[in-house]
Amino acid sequence: MAGIARRRLLTTTAWLLCGAASARAMTVKGALPWAPGEADPPQPARPGPWVFFTPEEGADVEALADRLIPPDPDTPGGRDSGCAVFIDRQLAGAYGSYQGYYMRPPFQDGSKEQGMQSPVTPAQRYRAALAALDKHCRAAFAGKPFAQIPDDQKDAIIRGLESSSLQLDGSSGRAFFELLLKDTQHGFLADPIYGGNRDMAGWKMIGFPGARYDYRDWVERHNEPYPRPPMGIEGRPAWTPPRSQ
Amino acid sequence: MPRKLPGKDVVIIGLGWTGSILAHELTAAGLDVVAIERGPWRDTATDFPPSYAPDELRYRLHHELFLRPAQSTLTFRNNPSQTALPIRTWGAFMLGNGAGGAGVHWNAETWRFLPTDFTLRSHLTQRYGAAFLPEDMTIQDWGVTYDELEPYYDRFEHLCGTSGTAGNLRGVIQEGGNPFEGPRSRAYPTPAQKQPFSHTLFAQAAREMGYKPFPQPSGNLSQAYTNPLGVTLGPCTYCGFCEWFGCGNYSKASPQTTILPVLVRQPNFEARTECEVTRILLDSTGKRATGVVYADTSGEEWEQPADIVLLCAFSIFNVWLLMLSGIGERYDPQTGRGHIGRNFSHQTVSSAIGFFDRRKFNFNPFIASGAIGMCIDEFNGDNFDHSKLGFVGGGYMGQVQSNGRPMETTPVPPGTPLWGPEWKRAIRDNYLSTVFAGAGVHGSCYSYRGNYLDLDPTYRDRFGRPLLRLTMDLHENELKMSAFLTDRYAEIIQRMGATQVVKQPRKGPYSIVDYQTSHICGGAIMGSDPGSSAVNPWLQSWDVPNLFVFGMSAFPQNAGYNPTNTVAALAFRTAEAIRTQYLKNPGPLVHA
Ligand SMILES: Cc1cc2nc3c(=O)[nH]c(=O)nc-3n(C[C@H](O)[C@H](O)[C@H](O)COP(=O)(O)OP(=O)(O)OC[C@H]3O[C@@H](n4cnc5c(N)ncnc54)[C@H](O)[C@@H]3O)c2cc1C
Repeated sequence: MAGIARRRLLTTTAWLLCGAASARAMTVKGALPWAPGEADPPQPARPGPWVFFTPEEGADVEALADRLIPPDPDTPGGRDSGCAVFIDRQLAGAYGSYQGYYMRPPFQDGSKEQGMQSPVTPAQRYRAALAALDKHCRAAFAGKPFAQIPDDQKDAIIRGLESSSLQLDGSSGRAFFELLLKDTQHGFLADPIYGGNRDMAGWKMIGFPGARYDYRDWVERHNEPYPRPPMGIEGRPAWTPPRSQ
Repeated sequence: MPRKLPGKDVVIIGLGWTGSILAHELTAAGLDVVAIERGPWRDTATDFPPSYAPDELRYRLHHELFLRPAQSTLTFRNNPSQTALPIRTWGAFMLGNGAGGAGVHWNAETWRFLPTDFTLRSHLTQRYGAAFLPEDMTIQDWGVTYDELEPYYDRFEHLCGTSGTAGNLRGVIQEGGNPFEGPRSRAYPTPAQKQPFSHTLFAQAAREMGYKPFPQPSGNLSQAYTNPLGVTLGPCTYCGFCEWFGCGNYSKASPQTTILPVLVRQPNFEARTECEVTRILLDSTGKRATGVVYADTSGEEWEQPADIVLLCAFSIFNVWLLMLSGIGERYDPQTGRGHIGRNFSHQTVSSAIGFFDRRKFNFNPFIASGAIGMCIDEFNGDNFDHSKLGFVGGGYMGQVQSNGRPMETTPVPPGTPLWGPEWKRAIRDNYLSTVFAGAGVHGSCYSYRGNYLDLDPTYRDRFGRPLLRLTMDLHENELKMSAFLTDRYAEIIQRMGATQVVKQPRKGPYSIVDYQTSHICGGAIMGSDPGSSAVNPWLQSWDVPNLFVFGMSAFPQNAGYNPTNTVAALAFRTAEAIRTQYLKNPGPLVHA
C-alpha cells in the first residue's frame, strides 16, 4: 500500500508538485527502481449519491443524457447506462478542473485552428449552464425543471443549444452542448470502472469485447464474429459480486 | 545560484529513445554518464501492466502518459499576422515525458526513409529542374546518405526485433516486401505480424489494382525475440491498445523493453528523473558547453558539469533549449538568416473512411496493433513521376488501422445526426464493418520559409521562461499532394468492396486541434554546410562542438514515413563517431 501511494505521487501528480517543496527528484542507479506489487491502478468510481452534482442537476443531466442517447428495446439509454454518474465523477476529479491544461493568462479568443482558449473549466461550465437551463425551463414550462418536461420539448431545447438558437443566461449554450455530448458519449463507451457503460451496455451494443488484451487466437479468423462477451478492467459482473449501491 | 554537482564525462538531456541509445553506447565505451529526465521513471510492471493498461479514458482521452501542457507547452499561430496563443491541451501531436520518452506510447511503425529522401533538393532539381519547386520551399539535402545510414538502421531494427518482410536484400528485390525500399544488408530480425481481415482485404484489393502491397514494418513483435543486449521481448497479442498506451506484454519495442534493464545495471550510469533541464551552460568563449542547469521537483536548481552535452529532449524541446541557452543564431524569416528555429515541419496525413455492408463484412476492428497493416509505397517520395502533377512529395498508404477503441473509433456515415436514436443506431450498425485509419495516407511535409519556431513574447512556462512559438501553415504543394494521394487511397478502399467511401484529404489551414502525427521536425537541421544548417552530419553543433543534438529537429524536411528508425539510426551513427573519433580528438568532426 505504501508502495502504491508512493507510485501515485511519482507518476500521476508529480508535475503538480513542482514549486511545492515536497517530493524530491529521484535517482536511478544500479537497478530498476520498483518493488513487487507496486502499481498505479485506476480509481473506480464510487457508487452512491452524486459527488459533484446537486440532486436537481443530477436529474437534469440524466434527462439530457437520455435524450442524447435514448433507450431502445435492445439497449438502455444514457440514464440507465450511467452516463450522468460517469460525468459526475469526472467533474469531481482531475478533468473537472482541467488539471494538466495550460491555464495561464492572458486568455483571448483565437481562430478555431488555435484550439481551446477558454478559462472556463468543465466543472464551472456545467454548474453555470445547468443553472441557466433550469432558469430557462422553469420560466418556459410553468416552473418545471428540464427533467420534467415532455421529451419533444427536451429535444427542442437540445437542438436549440446545438444550433446556438437558444442562448443560456451568462453561459454559452453551444459550448455546453459540445461538452455534454462528448462527455455523455464517453460515459456510454468508457470502461465501466468509471461509473458509466453500466453492464457494458455500450460495448455489447456495438460488439466491442473490452479490455481482453489477447486476440492471438482470432487475428486470422477473418470475417468471423468474435465469440466472447466483453470484459472490463474489473472483470465481468458474473465474476465479481455487485458493489453495493 | 544552482548548487554545483561533481562533473561527469557526459550529461544527457532527456531519457527517451535517443537518450537511451546514447547512454548505452557511451557507458559501454567506459564513460561516466548521467541522464537528466523531465518526467517520472516508467516501467511495464508498475505503470502499464495488462490488468489496467487497456484504459481508453485514462490514457487516450486524459493523456496520462504524456507531458502535460501545465508543465510545458508552446504557442501557435498560422502566420505572423495572428497573435500566437498557447496550446492549452494537446491536439495535433503528442509529446513524451518520463523514462522511455515517446517510445513508451509510440505505435512502433518502423520505417526507413528512401535513398532519395536524403538528397531531396539535388534529386528533385536534377529530375524536374529547379523551377519546379515553389519559390519559398526551403528543402535541403541532409549531408548523410542512405548507404551511410544503412548499418545503423540495421542496428535499430535488431535492437527492437522489428517484424517485417524485406523488399530489397542487398539489391535483390524480394517478393512480398516493399520493392521501393533502399537495399538492406539483412532481413528483418522477425517475420511480419499476422494481419486481421480488413488489412488483408486492403492488400488483396491493392494487388488486384497492380500495386505491390507489403506488411508494415512493426515493432509490435510477431514472436518472442532476444536482442543483442540480451533483453527479451514477448509476442504481440493484438490487443488494440498500443498507440497512446504503454504495452503490458513487453511486446512493443521501447527503451523499457530493449535497453533500460541493461543500462541501469551499468555502474557508470545514473538517471535523475523529474528533473527538468532549464539551460545549457557555455564558457566565456561561447564555444564550449560546460554542463547543464536543471530544476528538481522542489524547484531547487542544480548545476551538472560535463565534458560532453547530448541534447536528446525531442525535436521542439531541443530547439527551445538551444534558444533559451543562446546557442546558435536564431532564425529570422524576414532575412532568412540564422538556423535555430528554421525549417519546422510536420506531416500531411489524410484518410478515407470505408463503410461496408455489415451483413457481409465483420472486421473485428479491436483486433489490431499499433504498427499492424498492409501498405503500398507506389506514391511515396519520388517513386512516381511528378512532372504532370504540380507538386512534389508523397507518402505510404495502407490499411493501418491500429484499434477499435470505442470512444475514438466509432465513425458514422456523413449526415448522421450528432445525437439521438440515429446516432445510436449508426454506431451500432457501423462499428464492426467500417475501415478507418486516421493516418491511412502518411504524407510528407516539406519545409518553407514561413514555417518556423521562435520565442513567444507573451506566454511563459512555470519557471517564467518564454514559451516556444510555432508559426506554421500548410502550403499548396502539400494540399495538392494530399488530394492526389487520398484519391488513390479511396480507390483501393472502394475496391475492397465498400458501399460508401468518405474521403478526408488534408485541408488548410494547419490546425493544432486534430491529431495528425507526433512527427514534428526541423528547427536545428543537419547539413554539410554551416551556412545552411545548425548541426553537422554527425549532429554536432557547428557553434559548440562538445554539444550534439539528436532527434527529428535535425530533419531538414519531413518524409512520407514515420521518423524513429531514422532518428535512431542517426543516433547510433553519432555514438560510433563519438567513440571512435571524438574521444581521441575532442573538437569538430567536420571542419567548416
Ligand atoms: C502517440 C505517438 C505515436 C508515435 N508513433 C510512432 C511510430 O509508429 N513510428 C515512429 O517512427 N515514430 C512514432 N512516434 C515518434 C517517436 O516516439 C519519436 O520519434 C521518438 O520517441 C523520438 O525520440 P527522442 O529521443 O527524440 O524523443 P523522446 O523519445 O520523446 O524522448 C525525449 C525525452 O526528453 C525529455 N525531456 C524533454 N525536455 C527535457 C528537459 N528540458 N529536461 C529533461 N528532460 C527533457 C522528455 O521528457 C522525453 O522523455 C510516435 C510518437 C507519439 C507521441
